[in-house]
Amino acid sequence: MLITVNGNPENIPGPTSLADFLSAKGIHADGVVIELNQDIPEKSAYTEILLHENDKLEILRFVGGG
Amino acid sequence: MDMKDGLRIGNVELESRLFTGTGKYGADSLIPEIIKASGSQVITVALRRIDMASAENNILDNIPKNIRLLPNTSGARNAEEAVRIAKLARAAGCGNWIKIEVISDNKYLLPDGYETVRATEILAKDGFVVLPYISPDLMVARALVNAGAATVMPLGAPIGSNRGLQTRELIRILIDEIDLPIVVDAGIGAPSQACEAMEMGAAACLVNTAIAGASDPVSMAKAFGQAVKAGREAYLAGLGAISMQGIASSPLTGFLHENEH
Repeated sequence: MLITVNGNPENIPGPTSLADFLSAKGIHADGVVIELNQDIPEKSAYTEILLHENDKLEILRFVGGG
Repeated sequence: MDMKDGLRIGNVELESRLFTGTGKYGADSLIPEIIKASGSQVITVALRRIDMASAENNILDNIPKNIRLLPNTSGARNAEEAVRIAKLARAAGCGNWIKIEVISDNKYLLPDGYETVRATEILAKDGFVVLPYISPDLMVARALVNAGAATVMPLGAPIGSNRGLQTRELIRILIDEIDLPIVVDAGIGAPSQACEAMEMGAAACLVNTAIAGASDPVSMAKAFGQAVKAGREAYLAGLGAISMQGIASSPLTGFLHENEH
């Protein structure tokens, strides 16, 4: 199924949990903050949240800035 | 200065009045040295999408845990985007401080006062400690006070320009009229300029480019730390009066030539 990750289309096998998606991408949940369809899910819920067709996922982290 | 001269923002008491940015460094590994040399206790960071294609270091690994993180809302073009970024920054688990930065002007990077006030009102009500970045406009600053801002952060010159206190007189008015800490943010290019801002009565300075862009950033961080302290001490000491003409410092009597015939 097709979702959007950081503005780009991404094909993922469904059903996939948010935690499984991050793990498959080699992303540590501790170092990022996630927005799913403009909501901010609790980190503790990542294993229970299933991604759906057309979901919009934003994965962000802190970087240097002024 | 024997008496404790802390700066209170939100419910936090700070000893250092120099805030530093973390942008434009060649390597994040310099950041701990910058923090140590500057004595800074507050540092800014930005929030961005990760690069899915490559593994990235976490900048937080280079920031000591006792340092207060001040995420900015850079990239926001209006209040709604600033609020969205602020909520993500808080969810990242690094506290509830936020520097509101709403910019839609790409040449001079001047902040949008109206949108900044709107974002400040929403976020202050939501429990954030809000440090808004603005052009030094008294009416915008008053609106920020009413909106619940914790500080007002006027620019000295455009971001990254190193041009110093071009807006000096307007900052002076904010210091005089606004009953919140005034933090001069943006444009400060040299320690002498930070020192002058502090002599004027600014509560603190935020410096990034002038340190990151120095040939020796760690030494420059130290120089800024000293300049901010010197300026603060001078302000507390009370500057002497300015005169348009000369006023002799040495006695005007007892000269060798007196009463000579």
